[in-house]
Amino acid sequence: MANPVTAAAKATPEPVAQKIRGLSDRTIAWIFVAPTIFLLLAVNIFPLIWTIRLSFTNYRVNRPNNDVEWVGLRNYERILNDPDIWSTMQATAHFLIWTIVLQVLIGFTLAYLINKKFKGNDLWTTIIVFPMMLSPAVVGNFWTFLYQPQIGLFNYVVAFFTGADPSSFSMIGDVNLAPWAIVIADTWMWTPFVMLICLAGLRSIPDSIYEAAECDRASKWRQFWTITIPMALPFLMLAVLFRGIENFKMFDLVVQLTGGGPGNITTLTSIDLKREAFEKWRTGYSSAYAVILFVTVFGLAAIYVKALNKVKER
Amino acid sequence: MSFSVTEPTNRTKWFAGIAVVLYAVITIIPLLWIIATGFKSPEDAIAYPPKVVFEPSVEGYVNLFTSRTRVNEDAMAELPPAETWYEELVREKGQTISGPSRYGERFLNSVIIGFGSTILCMVLGTAAAYAFSRFRVPLKDDLLFFILSTRMMPPIAVAIPIFLMFRNLGLNDTHLGMILLYTAVNLSLSVWLLKGFIDEIPVEYEEAALIDGYTRFQAFYKVVLPQAATGIASTAIFCLIFAWNEYAFAVLLTSGTAQTAPPFIPTIIGVGGKDWPAVAAGATIFLVPVMVFTILLRKHLLRGITFGAVRK
Repeated sequence: MANPVTAAAKATPEPVAQKIRGLSDRTIAWIFVAPTIFLLLAVNIFPLIWTIRLSFTNYRVNRPNNDVEWVGLRNYERILNDPDIWSTMQATAHFLIWTIVLQVLIGFTLAYLINKKFKGNDLWTTIIVFPMMLSPAVVGNFWTFLYQPQIGLFNYVVAFFTGADPSSFSMIGDVNLAPWAIVIADTWMWTPFVMLICLAGLRSIPDSIYEAAECDRASKWRQFWTITIPMALPFLMLAVLFRGIENFKMFDLVVQLTGGGPGNITTLTSIDLKREAFEKWRTGYSSAYAVILFVTVFGLAAIYVKALNKVKER
Repeated sequence: MSFSVTEPTNRTKWFAGIAVVLYAVITIIPLLWIIATGFKSPEDAIAYPPKVVFEPSVEGYVNLFTSRTRVNEDAMAELPPAETWYEELVREKGQTISGPSRYGERFLNSVIIGFGSTILCMVLGTAAAYAFSRFRVPLKDDLLFFILSTRMMPPIAVAIPIFLMFRNLGLNDTHLGMILLYTAVNLSLSVWLLKGFIDEIPVEYEEAALIDGYTRFQAFYKVVLPQAATGIASTAIFCLIFAWNEYAFAVLLTSGTAQTAPPFIPTIIGVGGKDWPAVAAGATIFLVPVMVFTILLRKHLLRGITFGAVRK
């Protein structure tokens, strides 16, 4: 980019130019960027490389005196053949799919309704947003109180509407209900996130398109499917991307809510990984596990972003 | 009033309004329940049916900040009269205060680590964002994507080597370690958001300043920084909220001196069982500041949560 300053600076002899600009732009750029890159390398990339290295060994943090052996791909083989890991993957998939489906449905509906610009919609939007800004661990812990049989508010409300006995079911103690307990809490917490993004999408659609459709006598129903949905789709997909990555990493809310139980029914991959790494101290094995998870997220995200860009181009 | 085909009818507005308000009321109930439980007595908190109307009590808050032991009636009779109102409140339940609880320390740790990492993150982030916005940095797009991708890793996955690294450097369970870690995690957010904000400031201001004889540095902090103040402030609040809420790293890498409130609050127990009013009181003190910040942030909320990908 030819800006007047650099042009002027080039016209002046070099020492004078130095004085005008102080340090050269190139130097400043490096001084400004270097600390950030350095910190990210130290705290993100260096550990990642270390994880990959550890994943080929049988190292255990709690036995520092044992010889560390190079075991090749054995950790990876064992993980991919372990039926328990596949069951945690299933638990994660259940959690991921249902939270996304519910959050997209409810979030989009809310955004659609808020976009009708009724009086006071700003105030109510802010109130709806509260849950997602709060600490998932602290809130998740409190949800165990809401889910208590008998004394819990959630059970009381469900009992009030269905007539069931509030002490007859336990959302976090029952194998069939626990997967839904975490889906409900997560949906409560993160629906506003999807809602905000959808709202931005809906607000980005110019009125003139609807006016033109109105002139063509397109029905409201048709307008919804041929204008609203396609134009809001990139935003909706972005929301799904964010929620997908976040919920694949899910740890804090669920670990506080169910701790992975009962049994292993809500043991999501992050919770399983934490057990392997920080309770059983199988460092090498869990490093391989971490690498597999990371490759999965990255791979899925990359494919998804490609699809997203295609939709955007349309 | 002008007529427009795109303006919803009054009936539609009423219907939409009622549906949204209904959702908002339902969604806010768990939060109100936390606040209410904090002001209940332990008996009221676990009453059936759940009590909506109750006699307010500060027992939860007293229990939150103290640790207590149970005393039998004979020993109680021999104790000197209670000196303070909270000592009296505790004695009515057959207990005595044996000392302060750890909640105060943990809360202070959250404040130190939260603000420390936010300040550091803003200093580094603003500089990097300015450079990415204004200069031709080699491999700019790759670097920016790399910065963003650091956010995709599950915290537990990087926690293993960080745990080892911190142990070797003596950073485990220290404020400095947690500040550096949270700064690194938040840098992706701050660089991306701030770059967006700085991109919006016209380059002409700086060029004018440079022609007036300012150096690049002077132009940066005398012209760009004041212009970006709102953006910097809202980015800072986002970083602060993240550090404030973070749990996974905190629970794995801290246990004593540097433990923050999120891993601590769920572990609060009373004398003989879970003390829900104390937990709720601790949660209330911890969550309400974030709600206030959310109200302040509402204009920039969308931008913050999408890393600047969506701007209103």
